Amino acid sequence: MLSIVEIDRGTPAATSTKTVSLEIDGRSIAVPEGTSVMRAASLAGIAIPKLCATEMLDAFGSCRLCLVEIEGRRGYPASCTTPVSDGMKVATQTPKLAEIRRGVMELYISDHPLDCLTCPANGHCELQDMAGVVGLREVRYGYDGANHVYAKQSDGSANPLFVAKDTSTPYFTFDPSKCIVCSRCVRACDEVQGTFALTIQGRGFDSKVSPSQNEDFLGSECVSCGACVQACPTATLSETTLIERGQAEHSVTTTCAYCGVGCSFRAEMKGEEIVRMVPNVEGQANHGHSCVKGRFAIGYASHPDRITTPMIRKKISDPWQVVSWDEAFAYTASEFKRIQEKHGKHAVGGITSSRCTNEETYLVQKLVRAGFGNNNVDTCARVCHSPTGYGLKSTLGESAGTQDFDSIEQTDVVLVIGANPTDAHPVFGSQMKHRLRQGAKLIVVDPRRIDLVRSPHIKADFHLKLKPGTNVAVLNTLAHVIVTEGLVKDDFVAARCEPEAFERWKTFVSQDKYSPEAMEATTGVPADVVRGAARLYATGGNGAIYYGLGVTEHAQGSTAVMGIANLAMATGNIGREGVGVNPLRGQNNVQGSCDMGSFPHEFPGYRHVSDTATRQLFEKAWGVPLLDEPGLRIPNMFESALDGTFLGLYVEGEDIAQSDPDTQHVTAALSAMECVVVQDLFLNETAKYAHVFLPGSSFLEKDGTFTNAERRISRVRKVMKPQSGYADWEITQKLAQAMGYPMNYAHPSEIMDEIAALTPTFHGVSFDKIDRLGSIQWPCNDEAPEGTPVMHVDEFVRGKGRFMLTEYVPTREKVNAEHPLILTTGRILSQYNVGAQTRRTENSMWHEEDRLEIHPHDAEERGINDGDWVGISSRSGETVLRAKIADRMQPGVVYTTFHFPGSGANVITTDNSDWATNCPEYKVTAVQVLKVSQPSAWQKRFQNFDQQQQDLLKAAEPVTR
Amino acid sequence: MNIERLSQMVNDIANYFAAEPDHAAGVAGVADHLKKFWDPVMRRQIIEHLQGGGVGLEPLAREAVQKLASLQTTTA
Repeated sequence: MLSIVEIDRGTPAATSTKTVSLEIDGRSIAVPEGTSVMRAASLAGIAIPKLCATEMLDAFGSCRLCLVEIEGRRGYPASCTTPVSDGMKVATQTPKLAEIRRGVMELYISDHPLDCLTCPANGHCELQDMAGVVGLREVRYGYDGANHVYAKQSDGSANPLFVAKDTSTPYFTFDPSKCIVCSRCVRACDEVQGTFALTIQGRGFDSKVSPSQNEDFLGSECVSCGACVQACPTATLSETTLIERGQAEHSVTTTCAYCGVGCSFRAEMKGEEIVRMVPNVEGQANHGHSCVKGRFAIGYASHPDRITTPMIRKKISDPWQVVSWDEAFAYTASEFKRIQEKHGKHAVGGITSSRCTNEETYLVQKLVRAGFGNNNVDTCARVCHSPTGYGLKSTLGESAGTQDFDSIEQTDVVLVIGANPTDAHPVFGSQMKHRLRQGAKLIVVDPRRIDLVRSPHIKADFHLKLKPGTNVAVLNTLAHVIVTEGLVKDDFVAARCEPEAFERWKTFVSQDKYSPEAMEATTGVPADVVRGAARLYATGGNGAIYYGLGVTEHAQGSTAVMGIANLAMATGNIGREGVGVNPLRGQNNVQGSCDMGSFPHEFPGYRHVSDTATRQLFEKAWGVPLLDEPGLRIPNMFESALDGTFLGLYVEGEDIAQSDPDTQHVTAALSAMECVVVQDLFLNETAKYAHVFLPGSSFLEKDGTFTNAERRISRVRKVMKPQSGYADWEITQKLAQAMGYPMNYAHPSEIMDEIAALTPTFHGVSFDKIDRLGSIQWPCNDEAPEGTPVMHVDEFVRGKGRFMLTEYVPTREKVNAEHPLILTTGRILSQYNVGAQTRRTENSMWHEEDRLEIHPHDAEERGINDGDWVGISSRSGETVLRAKIADRMQPGVVYTTFHFPGSGANVITTDNSDWATNCPEYKVTAVQVLKVSQPSAWQKRFQNFDQQQQDLLKAAEPVTR
Repeated sequence: MNIERLSQMVNDIANYFAAEPDHAAGVAGVADHLKKFWDPVMRRQIIEHLQGGGVGLEPLAREAVQKLASLQTTTA
C-alpha cells in the first residue's frame, strides 16, 4: 500500500528541460519531454484509471486499464507507456474506453475475493478504487476464482488449489489469494531494490508471484526492504503492523535513525501509535526507498527493556535507586563538582554520539566547554570517521564528502574502497546498483568478495582483493600507474592544485617501490589488476570514489583518506556531478556530530580551539572564557582514568563498553571512574558501569536534525511524547543548569538558530528553511542560500587542492606463529552497530548471533567445521564464536560482525590506532583460531557480570512501577 | 598516561612525516601535530619522558618532541 498522503502520478518524473504542450480532455498542459500521457494527465488534475502503474516504477503496460484515445492515432494506447508529444490531443473518458475498462475490471474481480470490509487495504485498495471508478456493476463470470478458495472443499477434503498466506517474515504477510499479478512487487524488487528475489512463475492464468524458486519469503533471497509491500496495489503484500492495527489517520515526515544514508520517512500514525513507516517519495536522499532496518526495525522504541525513570547508585555493585529527575540532576552535578574541586576541572568530560541529533550534540559539547570548563569532549566518530575529517581537511579543505547521492546518476566508473554499501548503506547501495545496471563500470577494493563484486546483473570489472592493512600501498600503486602512464589530468591539476605539492607527490608515487609489480607481494593484488583498475578510473569518464570504515579504521586511516583525495585530484574527478570523494558514514549523524564541534580540538564548523577569533566569538555568545588547548580524546580519557586523573564522564547515546576496542581496557577505565553518567534508552554495556542513568528518548520522541553522509540536514520530528518525560536536549539543558551554567532553550529550533549564528557554513540554516526545502546540504549561507549539493566546484574550500605524501607504513599488528591469521570486522544488513536497537527487534531472525567467517582452507587445517565453536585469541584477549565456512574470505583472513555484546569482538581488537586521529585499527588484528568446547574466560566473566547487573536493575524495579 | 603508549603514538605520527623530503619540515610537522591535537598534560608527559632519556622514541619522534618542548617554552 502506498503512503496515505502521497499522490501517485503513475510513472516517474521526466528530467528533460525541454517542454512539450498537449491537450488532455480539453485542458492544455505543458510538461517535460519524456513524460507519459498518464503523468501529464495527473499533473493536469485528471486521474486515468490504473493498476500496474506506479510512480515508483517504470511503466509496464500490462493492466490495460489506463487506455486512452489520441486524436489521429489508431486503437487505444496505454497512457503509462505512451510519451507525450507536441500538439497531442488525448481523451481519457469515452464510451468505448469505459466499456473496455469495465470489461477488464470484470475479469480482475472474477478472481479476487470480495472480503473488502475485513481486508487490511480497505479504503486504500487500488483495485477497489478502480472497480468504483469504472462503475463495475456485475461480474458475468461469477466470483469463484481459482486463487481465493478455502483450504478445504465442501466435502472436507483438502483443496489442491489452496495456497496459504506466507507469514514467514515477521514484518509483512503475503496473501496470494488477493494477487492480481500486476508485477509491481517483482518490478520493485528488480528496479528499486535490485535484489531480483521475486519473479512471476507460470504463464497465463497460472501466473503467480514467487520468491526465488517458489520458496517462502524468509527462505528466499528477499532482503525484506519492503519495496514490494509499498508497491502492492492490493492487500496481497501488507505490513503485519497494518494488519494488526488498522490504517493510520495522520502522517509525519521524519528521518531514519539508522545509517548515514539518512532516509526520509513518513511515520503513519494512529494518535501516538505508529502503524507503519513508509519511505518518503519526496525524500531527497532515498527517493521513496528504504531497507529492513529503517522501515521495519523500530520496535525497539517501545521495547519493555526501555528504562523510563532516572536512577542513581554510589557503586556499581549497588542496586539502582529510582529517583526523580531533580534528584538525578542534583546528584550528578554535585558529583561532577566534587570531582572537579578535588582533582581539578580537567577531571571530567563528556562523550556524545552519532546517534544524537545535531542540537543534542551541540549542547553536550557546549556543556563540556562552557559548563565543565574544559575541552574533554569527544564523539564516537573518533572510532569511525575521524580520519575522514583529518584527511579531507588537509587535502581539499573541508571535512566532508563532496557530492550528493544523486551524483552517482552521472558516474561512469564507481570505485568502492573498504565499504560494503549493500549491507551497511543499503538504500544508497540500491541506487549504486541501479547505476551499475545502466552500464557504469565498477572497481572494488576489499579483502572480501562483498556482494557488490558479483550480484544479479552486476559484476565488478576489477576486484582488488588486497590483504587487510595495505590500503595505502594499493592507493599508491594506483597513483603510480596514473602518474607513470601519463594519465594525470594536467590541466585540472595546473588550474586547481598547489603546483609544488603536486610535483613532490608525483615524484613520491613514481618511485619504483610503488609500482604494482613491486608491491604485489605486499598487497596481494596482481599487478595487471591494479594497472587495469587505475586506467579505468583515470580514463573511463566520470570517476567517483565511495569509501567506508574499511579505509578509516586502520593505523594509516588518515593517510588512506589523503591517498583517495590525491587520486581524485590527479584525475580531475572532483568539483562536478558524477565524480568526487564520498565517505559513506556509518551512523545516522556521524557528519553532524563532527560538524557540531564534538571533537576536543575544535569548535563547531571545524575551527581549532586555538583560533582566537573563533574562540572569542563563542566566549561572547556563551558568556564564559573558553580554553585554547585541545582536550582529551576518548582513548586518552580511558588512559587518564586508569591514571586516576579523569573520574567523571557524561555519555550520551554511545556504548563505549561494547563499541570501543580492547574491551577489557575500556571496562577497567570505566571501573576506575567515580561518576559515570549514561543517557540512553537501555541499560547498555556502558550503563552497567554507570553511577547515574538518565533515560533518553528515541528519535520518535523529539525534534531535531540529522546530517547524513551527503551533508544533508533533515528534520527529525516528534511523533509521540518522550517516555521518560524529557527529550534528550532537555536533559542536557537541565544538567547544565544544575551545574550552574545557564541554558534556556524552549525548542531545538532555537539551538539550531544559535549554531547558524556561530558557524559560517550553517549561517543560512533554520528549521523553517528545512521545512520549506525538505532538507539542506551545507554549506548553506549567503553564497549558497539553498545549500550546496556538490562542493569544490570552481575552487577548493582551502583554495588550491593540496597533494599529500602518503608513505606506506606497515601496521605494527603483524601475523606470527602465535597469531597467524588476520581478523577484520564489519556489519551485516539486518543489524546495526552495537545492536542495541536492532537486537530488540525481529531483525535478529536474520542474524541471531555473530559468527566467525573463515576460509575453507584455514578451517580444514584446524579441523573446523561449519557451526563449530572456535576460540579467537589476540594479544588483547580471547573470545569464542561459532564458525561459518565462507569462500568469500581469502585464506589467512577471518571476519566477524560485532552486533552482540556477548560475542566480545572488541575483546580481541587492540589499542593500535590511526596515527593522526587515534581511530582504532578495528580492521586488522592478528589472531589464532582454534576449535574449543566452551566460552572464553572473558565471556564467562561477562555473563556473570551481566547477570549481576540485570539483578541490580530488577532490584530497582518495585520503586519504578 | 602509559608512557609506552604515548611514545608509540609519537612514533606513529613521525612515521607519517618521515616521507617529508625536507627534514626540518618533517620535524615541525610532528611537533605541530602534537601541539594541535594532544591535550597539554600528554604533551608535558612526553616532553618529560624525553628529558628523562626518551626510551622507545624513534629519532624523528625525539627531534619532534624536542622541538615541541622549545615551542612550549617560547609560547609560555
